[in-house]
Amino acid sequence: MMRSLIYLLIGIFFGITMFKSEAASWFRIYEMFKFDAFHMYGIIGTAVVLGVIIVQVIKRFKIKSFYGEPIEFQPKEKSVPRYLIGGFIFGLGWALAGACPGPMFTLVGAGYLPILIVIAGAIAGTWMYGIVRDKLPH
Amino acid sequence: MNWIMEPWPWYVSGAAIAGVMLLLLLVGKNFGMSSNLRTFCTICGAGKSSDFFQFDWKDQKWNLIVVLGAIIGGYIGSHHLSNDVAVDINPKTVTELQGLGFESAGAEYLPDELFDAGIWTNPKVILLLALGGFMVGFGARYAGGCTSGHAISGLSNLQWPSLLAVIGFFAGGMVMIYFLYPIIFG
Repeated sequence: MMRSLIYLLIGIFFGITMFKSEAASWFRIYEMFKFDAFHMYGIIGTAVVLGVIIVQVIKRFKIKSFYGEPIEFQPKEKSVPRYLIGGFIFGLGWALAGACPGPMFTLVGAGYLPILIVIAGAIAGTWMYGIVRDKLPH
Repeated sequence: MNWIMEPWPWYVSGAAIAGVMLLLLLVGKNFGMSSNLRTFCTICGAGKSSDFFQFDWKDQKWNLIVVLGAIIGGYIGSHHLSNDVAVDINPKTVTELQGLGFESAGAEYLPDELFDAGIWTNPKVILLLALGGFMVGFGARYAGGCTSGHAISGLSNLQWPSLLAVIGFFAGGMVMIYFLYPIIFG
């Protein structure tokens, strides 16, 4: 119960951040792909620089989770085609819908209900991947 | 506290996202939002069509709670922490978007032309939103993650597969906007 509350609070903080950063704005995504503003690059860049420091510190000092368990990082499976092709398809969708999987949910809460069509599409796309994935190069 | 009602600058936003990743690591979880789409499929019975969906979705309950929080956070951010939600994009981008028929550029958070309540009777827009979502869902699972899993978590852990995925994200996004937008919206 306590843990669920913590996840909920982290999610709320994430949702507020996505909305207030304007990372959930279709316009910001368009502007990013056009290289017309630094805003989105600043956001992702700051998050990654701090993220690298956070991960290094956790590894170096073997920091444990609040529950005393070791914090583990799963290395990504080695491959080239799945990341480039999958990433390319994701990018096509990201630029068209203007929302990636986090902001999609933020926008439901913000009251933009047509985003539900995007979410339904994303679930269908995930489902389709599960069906055809054995036939795809990975 | 007035600053909080304004759009957050990039350095505050970026730090907040790193904070989300850190908090999730500290509770023993990983930051990755697109995994939830797979969980939804499993809950809807997709395990019958592919073993990819045969897992105990209850292990992912924590992430669904994060999603619920993200929805609530979107409500709080837009209804209680914003005076004006118009996104102040580059004036050059505004002019360009207006040329493509997006009259609401510079005046709204999302384009009315795609996200206004009036779109429910517009089959073209419904199809575009569904197609965009479909490619996001398909591509995220194929690439094994989305912006949070690859661009943030993966790059933070210096994973070169994540860099490949991010290169893919940008290649796809640029093809869509530079080559396909003029066809779709021109």
